[in-house]
Amino acid sequence: MIEVRWHGRGGQGGFTVARLLGLSAALFEDKYSLAFPSFGPERRGAPVLGFTKIDTTPIRDRSAVRTCDYVVVLDETLVDANITAGLKPGGSILINTRTPERYSDVVNGFNMAHLDATGLALEILGRPITNTAMLGALIAETGVVSLESALKGIEVEMKPSLVEKNIVVVKTACERMKEVA
Amino acid sequence: MPGQKTFVSGDEAVAMGARLARPHVISAYPITPQTVVVERLSDYVEDGSLNAEFMHVESEHSAMSAAMGVSSVGARAFTATSSQGLLHMCEGLHYASGARFPIVMMNANRATAAPWNIYGDQRDSLSMLDCGWIQVYVEDAQEALDMIIQAYRIAEDPEVLTPFMVNLDGFVLTHTYELVEVPPQETVDAFLPPYQTVNKMDLANPQSLCITVGPNLNLEIKYQQHMAMVNAEKAIDAVDREFGDVFGRYYGGMVQGYRCEDAEVILAATGTTAGTARVVVDAMREQGHAVGLLKLRYLRPFPIRQVCDIAGRVKAVGVLDRDISFGLEGTIYTNVNSALSRLAQKPLTLNFVGGLGGRDISRENIESIFTTLLAAAGGVSQPEVQFFGMECATDE
Amino acid sequence: MNRPEVQPYQKPFCIKELPLGSTFTGGHLVEKNAGWRTFRPIVDQDKCTGCLRCYLVCPDGVIFRSGDEMVIDYDFCKGCGVCAYECKARAIEMIKEEL
Repeated sequence: MIEVRWHGRGGQGGFTVARLLGLSAALFEDKYSLAFPSFGPERRGAPVLGFTKIDTTPIRDRSAVRTCDYVVVLDETLVDANITAGLKPGGSILINTRTPERYSDVVNGFNMAHLDATGLALEILGRPITNTAMLGALIAETGVVSLESALKGIEVEMKPSLVEKNIVVVKTACERMKEVA
Repeated sequence: MPGQKTFVSGDEAVAMGARLARPHVISAYPITPQTVVVERLSDYVEDGSLNAEFMHVESEHSAMSAAMGVSSVGARAFTATSSQGLLHMCEGLHYASGARFPIVMMNANRATAAPWNIYGDQRDSLSMLDCGWIQVYVEDAQEALDMIIQAYRIAEDPEVLTPFMVNLDGFVLTHTYELVEVPPQETVDAFLPPYQTVNKMDLANPQSLCITVGPNLNLEIKYQQHMAMVNAEKAIDAVDREFGDVFGRYYGGMVQGYRCEDAEVILAATGTTAGTARVVVDAMREQGHAVGLLKLRYLRPFPIRQVCDIAGRVKAVGVLDRDISFGLEGTIYTNVNSALSRLAQKPLTLNFVGGLGGRDISRENIESIFTTLLAAAGGVSQPEVQFFGMECATDE
Repeated sequence: MNRPEVQPYQKPFCIKELPLGSTFTGGHLVEKNAGWRTFRPIVDQDKCTGCLRCYLVCPDGVIFRSGDEMVIDYDFCKGCGVCAYECKARAIEMIKEEL
């Protein structure tokens, strides 16, 4: 089972992307997944967590996610000393940032990848909503789902007016990650 | 014909199940974590995919009153609530069951105030076990959708005619997204015909409804109601089996035993906790421990015979309660013990109370419970009622 | 007029004979409910104009039109006299009951 923990702020689409990932795996890759937010009332700007669990067999375990394979940070102002808590040995952390060097201490030896998702989102969407860009980054870095499945997921899940641009965002994010690598 | 695969939350699955069941009137008041059910249903009425009347009621008490009115004219009623809302409509719960109205209600299991808490536990519905409603507890979103459809079939059976509560764990199930297969409307229509009853107001056949019954016959009428609930077991089993034949999913009827046949100790659990417990059972079996899970699906009518059959063969039975009946013990424990008291040889039973107010129940918690049960089975004395997962030391 | 008939109460012998829960045949009357009147209303059909005011005000619903006449069901009339009081044509007289 793969477990992904998404860090965002209320209003940035942290849970939307957790759900998008789960949906893509479940509907287009014959897998099983669960997606859920940190439960409770929310407000714009407050830190929120999203979780996605993906497996090849039905997922029965409903307990809270304590350990994860990947941590994705949509907003770098959320990075603190505990950002990698629960990340399994060999796991990866992906941060939306232009200056990855400032986080080399915090990532505690885990694999770190980064993308200027804010820049990319502003470029293509005209708004700093970084969730789909980071999904692209995660796909490029880990192959947790295929790009094709994620794009189909976007078509199913997002409003028609947002689909085209977000598909471009995800594809571009993937390409940019591969360039850096 | 297979259904359509979707990725939805427990609440959304309930709304889809309700739409498929073709209710005539939805009368519901929003309350976290049920709100999405009501929101989706109002969307469906608005977009025309659900041909029903959506009544904006001012409280849950009114929601249940309205549902009774709907049922009293032979129409199909649906409502949904949670915790404080369920308690607010409490007198209506007794009324509806005594009036033999087959209303189906989804309840999002949530803690009850005070102190105020919006997260999941089962105190709300467990404190309502006596009000005459059939109660089922579902483990995942698929079961939630399926049980809304089964609920109407069972409730509307002329031998049953009892209102039906479908319970989902708040947040952990209501707000978690997962793969759900939505059956086609035609298949549901064939499985669930329109509601037909003589228990209604009808100009052609005038009746008095919700009459007064004094001391001379009240006892007998309540006996009749009790026996209808006891005998509902037949309909529950038959409908579940038929559902399995038609839709491909059979849930085991009143209970579902998992690896209990050769178990030394078992844990009785309800709802999503049963899911987590399955994973722990598998892991512990790998390590050579003979453990099993008894998923209690129905708590009313209570599966006395099934619990005795399965639990009667083991050395120790743990009962996990996401509730506490203050001053005594967990309510499910009381019920299980009562059932097992009918056995000549009652196994050792222990109560594990936890997961209150949304406290997570982890695999480690459940593993620890099994370890305690195994120790008890081996002769090590254990306190009968234990609160598990506590993060403060107790005085003892 | 469609009026229920008095049917003596039969206590159900077994559970199966019980009504279902809280529903029972409408208009179920098990006994007459009169017999202690001091005065009984008598209608003078010639004076009666058929305005039906008495029908509207009768608290027990025991005065009603039957064909061209106003008829009183004395099995349920309590002799309250409201009909006589309200009759504009003074067509109803309250007569002392004789045993």
